[in-house]
Amino acid sequence: MKWVLVAVMVFATVLSDLLQSHEMKRAGEQSVSARGLARLLHVIAQRRLLILGIACNAVSFFAFMALVQTEPLSFAVPASAASFVLETLLAKFVLHERIGARRAMGALAVLAGVVLVGG
Amino acid sequence: MTSLTASSGAALKTYSVLLVFLALKAAGNASMAWGMKQVPERMSMNPALYLRAMLNPFVAMGIAALILALLTRMALLSLADLSFVLPVTAIGYVIAVFLGKVFLHETVTHQRWLGTLLIFAGAALVGSTSPDTTPSLEDSK
Repeated sequence: MKWVLVAVMVFATVLSDLLQSHEMKRAGEQSVSARGLARLLHVIAQRRLLILGIACNAVSFFAFMALVQTEPLSFAVPASAASFVLETLLAKFVLHERIGARRAMGALAVLAGVVLVGG
Repeated sequence: MTSLTASSGAALKTYSVLLVFLALKAAGNASMAWGMKQVPERMSMNPALYLRAMLNPFVAMGIAALILALLTRMALLSLADLSFVLPVTAIGYVIAVFLGKVFLHETVTHQRWLGTLLIFAGAALVGSTSPDTTPSLEDSK
């Protein structure tokens, strides 16, 4: 059961991140001041894919709630990083972000670390 | 010279938003994990169980912090690439393991601490590269 929850959490997170990143890049720079947050909420209301992204985030969130009920936080959080490789690849091929050697190496080191922490 | 000042200002903004995000995420995760372990019913596909769990004050506080973290992260994604945001926010895994050990009294093995060091190293490597490589859509119009 715990791996089912991890799988639901990871796939929902990947979809959510891709939709959010794609839509936020189109929306332009946002700030975190009170006025900035109000404007951010306005941006969310106008963009349907962004709302879908947030719905995926909610699914991932409920899976995380169920997971931390029975598993330690120090398992649940690193397990969520299983989304990492998939997301970096999709960031490159779907969002067309440039992944240099340094970034790729850093990402791989983080991944290896996360696997050890979760193991 | 002007563009150099502008780009270091943008980097400062990006890292400030990053710090706010990490603090909210860590506090939210720990509060939620603590609260959920006090909820007597096991979660299932039934949404009513999740709503009832939210009545626990630690779960409610955790959710509030994590919603703010989500909004902060969206602001962060507007400032920097996903492939920058993802590895750098991986510091959050280390913070979560630390909070799990200290506040939730979880057992953390040597293997977990070794993994923690790797995450730090990787995140630092990625943090030293330029945060935004894709031209914004407005620039290309």
